[in-house]
Amino acid sequence: MAFPNHPARRLNTCSSDALLVCENCDTVYRRRPLERGEVASCARCGAELDRHRALTVNALLALILTAMIVFVQANVWPIFTLGLNGQFNATTLWGMIVTMWQQDAQVVSVLAAATLFFFPMAKMLVMGWLLWFARAGRRAPGFAPLMVALHRIGPWTMSEVFVLGALVAIVKAHQFFEVIADPGIYAYGALTLLITIFSGVDMRQLWEQTPESAT
Amino acid sequence: MNALPRAIDLGVIGCPVCGLVCRTLPGDAQLDGDGVDDDMACPRCHSYLRRRKTNSYARTWALLIAGFLLYIPANVLPIMRTASIGDIDDNTIISGVVELWVKGSPDLAVIVFTASILVPMLKFLALGTLLISSQRGSDWARPQRAKLYRLVEFIGYWSMLDVFVVALLTALVRFSVLSRVEPLPGVIFFGLTVVLTMLASISFDPRLIWDGRNTDD
Repeated sequence: MAFPNHPARRLNTCSSDALLVCENCDTVYRRRPLERGEVASCARCGAELDRHRALTVNALLALILTAMIVFVQANVWPIFTLGLNGQFNATTLWGMIVTMWQQDAQVVSVLAAATLFFFPMAKMLVMGWLLWFARAGRRAPGFAPLMVALHRIGPWTMSEVFVLGALVAIVKAHQFFEVIADPGIYAYGALTLLITIFSGVDMRQLWEQTPESAT
Repeated sequence: MNALPRAIDLGVIGCPVCGLVCRTLPGDAQLDGDGVDDDMACPRCHSYLRRRKTNSYARTWALLIAGFLLYIPANVLPIMRTASIGDIDDNTIISGVVELWVKGSPDLAVIVFTASILVPMLKFLALGTLLISSQRGSDWARPQRAKLYRLVEFIGYWSMLDVFVVALLTALVRFSVLSRVEPLPGVIFFGLTVVLTMLASISFDPRLIWDGRNTDD
């Protein structure tokens, strides 16, 4: 991630509370506070502009800590076990990543490691770090670069796709093998639930909720 | 000026990363996103500020075409080998779906078909349509095209499904000579296709849909 070296020139900041620009079509709106359950969408293109923030910083932090615990469980515990003639094989996420590497599918191995382990983990750690400081109304050390990193990681976490993939793999394997669901798959199920809750959370609110001076 | 003013006309710019709105000079060459002298930074998060994503058409076309080229071997080459005593069975994406439909469960076959075949095809068609219509400055079905872009963005990564299925089966079906699953090159091409089409949809700037000859509603 390269940051431009030149400080901003000739740019005057409008009050960020006052204006809002639709990212999908460039239409400018005046912000207004939203009631519980309200979602503001763009009158031109229909994209979502803003939504009511039902979860407080404390609630978000609690959810992130839960997600971290579940994430550890999902990675440590085996996902499911296959049995054939009394012989049993189980795998964890990392077992799968290592096997793919050994089987000459390094590209797949790296993709899986990034989208199922490193990016989700980075996302949770960064969110936890930022929210921990936001609780006290402060900006965490490294606030701006971390907020930018969070934005970039956005589409590259795929845990929920992996859960569906595990279900498909179970059904496929079921024809030939004995399938035993292990705790890992339940942990992944719970993680998917938490990810769904987080998908509606806009971390950008932290820019407004924490004062600039308290960097 | 109509009821829905655009940032480019008002002389303001929204930061794509943190959402801050800044005042600018209309037509500022440092903000046009052509890749030359674009060195304006957001005062709040220090990301590059641009009116439009840099070289959006060229980058999106390049990534989309590269993705499509890799999509051909992804479908032609087998993605997975199932080996048991005296029997070797190579599966392509399509034969995997057919097998799931016949032997397993048709509902999952529909899900895999959607994720592995329908979604990538839809992405190529949708992004191709968006690129061509926006480059022509067409005002045809703009709200629908905007919706189409958001759909492509949302469903993009679900195509990774089949890659994870192959990876899981490879890790689990390892019963020495009795039964083994191995990944074959098709799955690598498929994974790369998914990544390239995701990058393509990220480099496309949906604001271009509305930038044509007459932006008045």
